[in-house]
Amino acid sequence: MHVMEGFLPAPWWQIWFAISIPVIAFGIYKMNKLVNEKREILPLLAVAGAFVFVLSSLKLPSVVGSCSHPTGTGVAAIIFGPAISAVLGTIVLLYQALFLAHGGLTTLGANVFSMGIVGPVVAYLVYKAGMKARLNFFVVVFLATAFGDWATYVVTSVELALAFPEGGVLTLTTFLASFAKFGTIFAVTQIPLAIMEGAVSALLFKYVINLKSDILVELKVVEESVVRKLRGITA
Amino acid sequence: MSRKLELIVLAIVLIFAIQFLYMSSTTDAEYGGADGEAEGVINEITGGTYEPIAEPLWEPPSGEIESLLFGLQAAIGAGVIGYFLGYYRAKKNYENELGYGSKNQPEGETPSS
Repeated sequence: MHVMEGFLPAPWWQIWFAISIPVIAFGIYKMNKLVNEKREILPLLAVAGAFVFVLSSLKLPSVVGSCSHPTGTGVAAIIFGPAISAVLGTIVLLYQALFLAHGGLTTLGANVFSMGIVGPVVAYLVYKAGMKARLNFFVVVFLATAFGDWATYVVTSVELALAFPEGGVLTLTTFLASFAKFGTIFAVTQIPLAIMEGAVSALLFKYVINLKSDILVELKVVEESVVRKLRGITA
Repeated sequence: MSRKLELIVLAIVLIFAIQFLYMSSTTDAEYGGADGEAEGVINEITGGTYEPIAEPLWEPPSGEIESLLFGLQAAIGAGVIGYFLGYYRAKKNYENELGYGSKNQPEGETPSS
């Protein structure tokens, strides 16, 4: 999903940095505050970060004959909110930019915006809406993480289309023409992978609910009554 | 413990794997990276005139090294997840079933701090 090193001309790469840096700074502030207040969330934070690490390293083949990878940021977004997810996403993106030539330092801002900010925000909103509608918890996690993953790639397509409009002049029509092209590559490749990500994320949540639901209740991720119901089913 | 969710996830993974086996044996799709395809589209849109404004500081010298580093990334992540889920599991066991520690009331009813 990453926009490759050097593939965003000025002023776009600066713009995405300008948008992403405040969010990352806010995320670091929030993360420090949370860890200081509730020391016991630290292992869960590590698990959420590690989940991003694992999923974003798996390049999966998609139906249309190209490979891409899931993002894994949806789980962190559901538990800790989008700002902290942006920090975790940035760590992974830095690793891949430095050691794998995957993504890049100049495009880091754009990649953080798509994978660390918009994806988690979408996942978070879908999760909240789904829980409010009282859908099955695992179905909500599935939908939230799948849509978060997919949104990441839609945003990547938008970023590229803004920087490379058809014909070189940015208007709505040239933007849409380019967006259709990039979207065909990224967003279409990503649909089956988003389904996989949703399924695996739901599974991770099952184990967290079983082992450490008190933290999720404390962080107001799930209500006590939901946990009871889920345990009744899975116990 | 019910294994319903595991079965559903397994079914999704299997459908995906079978689809891949079928597609990769009947078509000659290349399964290259989507990022690389985007590069192709950028060249097409700009007529091949775009020069990247920066180069990666370091690139894995070969595909093998690259998969090593991707594998390492996955291994670190999987290790951390396994360690902490195991930690939680053992902790819960000690607290709830063996009665160690201060929190030996049923989980979830701990007073909020």
